[in-house]
Parts: sequence; structure tokens; C-alpha cells
Amino acid sequence: MGGHSNWPEWIYVGVVVAIMCWVGAEAWEAERLVEHVPEGAEIIKVTGQQWFWTFEHEDGTKEIGELHVEKGKAYKFEIHSTDVNHSFNIHDYVVLMDAIPGRVNTVWFAPTDVGEHDIQCREYCGLIHYNMRGTLIVEEPKS
Amino acid sequence: MVLELQKPRPIWQIMFSTHHTDVGLLYLIMSLGFLFLGGALALAIRAELFLPGAQIIGDAMTFNRIFTVHGTTLIFLFIIPFASSVGNYFVPIMVRYKDMAYPKLNAIAFWMIPPAGALIWLGFADFTWYATPPYSIISAPGPAADMWIFGLKILGVSSVLGAINFIVTILKCKHPDMSIGQVPLLAWSFLSSSLIILVAIPTFAAALLMLLTDRLGVTGFFNPAMGGDPIAYAHLFWFTFHPEVYVLVIPAIGMMYEIIPRFSRKPIYSFNSGIFAFVLLSIVGFSSWAHHMYATGMSFTEKTVFMVGTLAAVPASAMHVYNFIATMWNGRIKFSTPMMWSVGGIALFFSAGAGGVANAAMPLDFTTHDTYWVVGHFHLFVMGTIAFGSIGFLYYMYPYVTGRMYNEAMGKIHFILSFVGTILVFFTQHVLGLYGMPRRIFDYPPIPEWIAMNQIASIGAMVIGVSMVVFLVNMIHSAGKGEPANPEDPFGVGGKYYYPFEAKNPSH
Repeated sequence: MGGHSNWPEWIYVGVVVAIMCWVGAEAWEAERLVEHVPEGAEIIKVTGQQWFWTFEHEDGTKEIGELHVEKGKAYKFEIHSTDVNHSFNIHDYVVLMDAIPGRVNTVWFAPTDVGEHDIQCREYCGLIHYNMRGTLIVEEPKS
Repeated sequence: MVLELQKPRPIWQIMFSTHHTDVGLLYLIMSLGFLFLGGALALAIRAELFLPGAQIIGDAMTFNRIFTVHGTTLIFLFIIPFASSVGNYFVPIMVRYKDMAYPKLNAIAFWMIPPAGALIWLGFADFTWYATPPYSIISAPGPAADMWIFGLKILGVSSVLGAINFIVTILKCKHPDMSIGQVPLLAWSFLSSSLIILVAIPTFAAALLMLLTDRLGVTGFFNPAMGGDPIAYAHLFWFTFHPEVYVLVIPAIGMMYEIIPRFSRKPIYSFNSGIFAFVLLSIVGFSSWAHHMYATGMSFTEKTVFMVGTLAAVPASAMHVYNFIATMWNGRIKFSTPMMWSVGGIALFFSAGAGGVANAAMPLDFTTHDTYWVVGHFHLFVMGTIAFGSIGFLYYMYPYVTGRMYNEAMGKIHFILSFVGTILVFFTQHVLGLYGMPRRIFDYPPIPEWIAMNQIASIGAMVIGVSMVVFLVNMIHSAGKGEPANPEDPFGVGGKYYYPFEAKNPSH
């Protein structure tokens, strides 16, 4: 109040707005690229249930708790749940998507290095939520 | 300024009173009681997570119940009632009215909270403060879950009644010589947050009712097995509880607007930009609810809309920070305890907001969502900003309420320990989130980085625990044995109040 001038505040607000626009634009661009699923990605059906993960490959093989994939290939997960909400997460590859009963959510990734990574549930799902874990095993391509 | 009777009165006289200072005192004591109860649960959680494996809490179910009740208690039974206490004490005298507009309604709104708190604590539900279906419908054990639902239902009605009372008191009972633009910013903060409550709460009230009938098995609104959709609940929940974040934070900012000019010995830099930012926040707060739900499988367009809505709230928050700093600039600042808490709160508010921008950016959210990052982020708001603002304000009103001064050295020790503790706990939790540790887990694999960060966080929590003991001793001891305060200027900062009215309690 009083006689002071307000222009520093307007400049400050302008700078904040500009930073937010920049963050928004960068995020929009990055998300657009991330969400583009490459052609020919192999589909893996992921089922979450209290309190373990089941994986079904395109050729029909099923795995529980462990997921074997090949380095350099793109995979598309089709995720759903049979009981309560879960969230399928491979933190090292920033794979995160909720597993929700009655819905199929998709997310894709392409492993770049041979090795083992943790799979975990990131949405509270009850008693053993803390131990609803699995292992992603990335192997050398077979052919 | 005098807010309270200085001679002893029988307790029933306060309990059955409808006068705003008496109801304010009831709110105050009850909310502080729940602060210590909820805080004790937080210490139990941190002790459990100090090392992998079961530590002090034997089983996962107990752990899940503890963090559920911890969150519910501190949000609904500490932060909101504490703000109501401040509003009860200050809003009537700031608008120069003898009491709240509806004194009986005011007392009813207060007395709904203890039974609700009892339901929540006796039930001890386990489905997180978010009560996510279908878990809360098909898996969560009763009667705890049902008691939680009824408890929240009662609390919702209580906050709507309180909000109506504040709105009517400010708009209709203010002194006729006073224009709405002259109402102090603390009262403006209550006007803004009360308007948000009126718009936001009914949605969750409806969702709770649907959750209850779903649990009873007569409906299937959120139960996929009966054709319902759990995501619908998420929308209804966050439509209420994202704006609710502003309901919590706006009064705390209002409290800082009271303290910072007084202890900087300068008028507020821009009164109008404070009002503008409050009103803007309470509108923009409704455009961001689904940023909590990016990972539920939302479309790219939906995510973009809610990201823009979220980022739009940042300039308004930044205006408050600017206003505080510009007020302090060139002021003759006296760092008494309330000022230290407020300035610390502003610093943590800024850190919390910066982390929030990272969450809002869509691709980054997939790294942080449902990890400890989020826990650290929102605790910087609820603890770092809101509790800091509230506790600072408690020190500020203490001499007016008790007529005695708290111990200044103990107040400063309380602040320093809490500030250091808050940084140790919640900054490290951000790092834990980046390492990928999910929230709401009873146990974690023995990954060295996770163990180190959890131990720092647990030590920080113990530091906060120690500071709270100092706080409790100070409050209780000084109420009886503290030095008598000068009601005109207890902090020795000079100057007069712009609302020079004493509370007119007929029992005084």
C-alpha cells in the first residue's frame, strides 16, 4: 500500500509465468515423445493381484515374479489387475502405470543393458504391498 | 489486545460456552492434543523404517493402520481445527463484531469433531487417508473402515458449518464503516478458504456415501466386479482434496501476513496483491485435481490440461512469497519466536512449491509418483509451511490468550530443532523417492542407499520429537509461571493494532 511502485512485482510475476510456460512446454514435448509406442513392440500382458505379478508373453509363456526380456527390443505392457489397484513399476526404466481392475493400461519400454532390475508395486494394495516385488531380467538377444 | 479471561473459570463454563474465544480455546486445546497424538504415530513410523525388517511394529497391518490414522489425524484433527481456533479468536475482532455470526452453530461445529476423532482413533482403519477403492470396498477390514467413513462424514459437515459461519461473519457482520477491502488479510484468508470448503467438500461427502453403500454391497459405484469404476472415486476424492490443500495452506499464509509486518515493523508491501493472490489461488485450485492421477492411464490431452491447471497456481503462490520478502525488505526486523517460525515456513513453502512444479511436469511425475518424493513434497507443505505458520502463530497469540509470556529461549530452541529436523526428514525423503522407494511400505529391501536415507530421516524425526517436548513444557509451564505479558505490546515491537478491540466475552 502507499506510494511505492509495483513494477518489480509485475516483472517478478512475469518471470514466474515465463518459467512455468517453459516447464510446461518442455514437459509436453517430452511426454509426447515418451508416449509414442514404437512399431512392432512385443506385447507383454501384466497382471497384478494381491500380492504378486504375473507376466504373459506373446508366445503364451507365463512367468510369475520374474520377467525375462531381451536387450534392444521394444516391449509394450498391457497392465490390469484382478482384485484391487496396484501400480506396475520398474523404477530403473521409469516404467510406471497403475494396474486397475476393469481397465487395461499400457506403457512401453526398451531395455538398453543386460542385467537385473527391481519390479515393485507402487500403489497401496493391502497387507503385503511392501513385498509385492519382482525381478526384471534383461538378456542378450537370442538371435 | 486481550483474547481470554485472565482469571480461572470452571471448565464446564468454557465447554458449554458459545462465545468465540471459548470455542477458539476448545479448538486450540483439542487440535494440539491431536498434534501430539499424530506426531507420536509419525515417530513410530520412522522408528520402524530405521532399518529393514520388522523393528518396533510387529506386523504390516498395524503399520498400515498407523500411517492411515497419522495422516487423517494431522490433516483433519490438527491443521483444520487449529485454523478454526485462530479464526474464532481473530475473525470477529478483525471485522469488529462481538462474536461469530452464529454462535450456537459455531459450538456445534466444534463439538462434532471429538466424536469424529474418537471414531477414527477407535476404528484405526488401514486403507490410507485416500481410502482407495476397490481395496477399501472389498479388502479393508471393518468396522474400522466404516468408522473412518462416518468420522470423515462428520468432519465434513463440521467444516461446512464452520465455513458458513466465517463467510457470514466476514461479509455480513463486519463493521458498517469497514469496506471489504479493509478487512485484514488473515480474515481474507478465512473468507477464501471457507469459500473453497463450500464448493469442494460436498463432492467428497457424496463419494463417502457411495463408498459406504459399496462396502455394504448394495451398490457398485466404485467396484469393478459390479460394473463400477475406481477411477471415478479418484476424481471425486481429488476434486475435493486438491482444493483442500489450499484450504489448509491459505489460513497459514494469512497467519504469516499477520506476523511478518508486525515483526518487520512495516506495513504489508501490497495488501491488494495479497487479496488478489488468495482469490486467485482459491479459483485456480479447482483446475488441478487430476494431477494426482497421471499414472491411472489418463490420455495425453487430459494430462496436459491438468498440468497447465497445476502450473497456473504457481504465480499466485509466488506472489505471496514476494509480498513477504518485500515486506521484510529494509524493515527493522525483530526475530522473536513467531517471526522465526514464519520466515522458516516461507523458506520451506518455497522448497515445497519448487518440488511441486517437478511433480506437475508430466514425464517427471512418473519418476516421483507414489514414491517417498511425494511424501517429502507434501510434508514440506503440511509440516514445513502449515504447521510452521500455525505454531508461529500459536506463539504469537500465546500472551494474548494466557496473559503470560512463553519462554523465548525455549521457543527458539523449538524452532531451530524443528527446522533442522524437518529438513533432515523431508529433504531426504525426496532423495529416497528418486531412488525409487515406494510410499506406504512396512518394510524395504536392504539397499544401502535406502537404508542410509531412511536413517537420516528417522534421526530427523527424533529431533522434531525432542523439539515438541520442549514446546509442550514451554506451553504448560509458561501458562502458569511465565512472566506477565504486556497486553498492549507483548513482543516489544512497538506500534498499535489496526483492530484495537478486545474480545467481549460476557464471562470476562
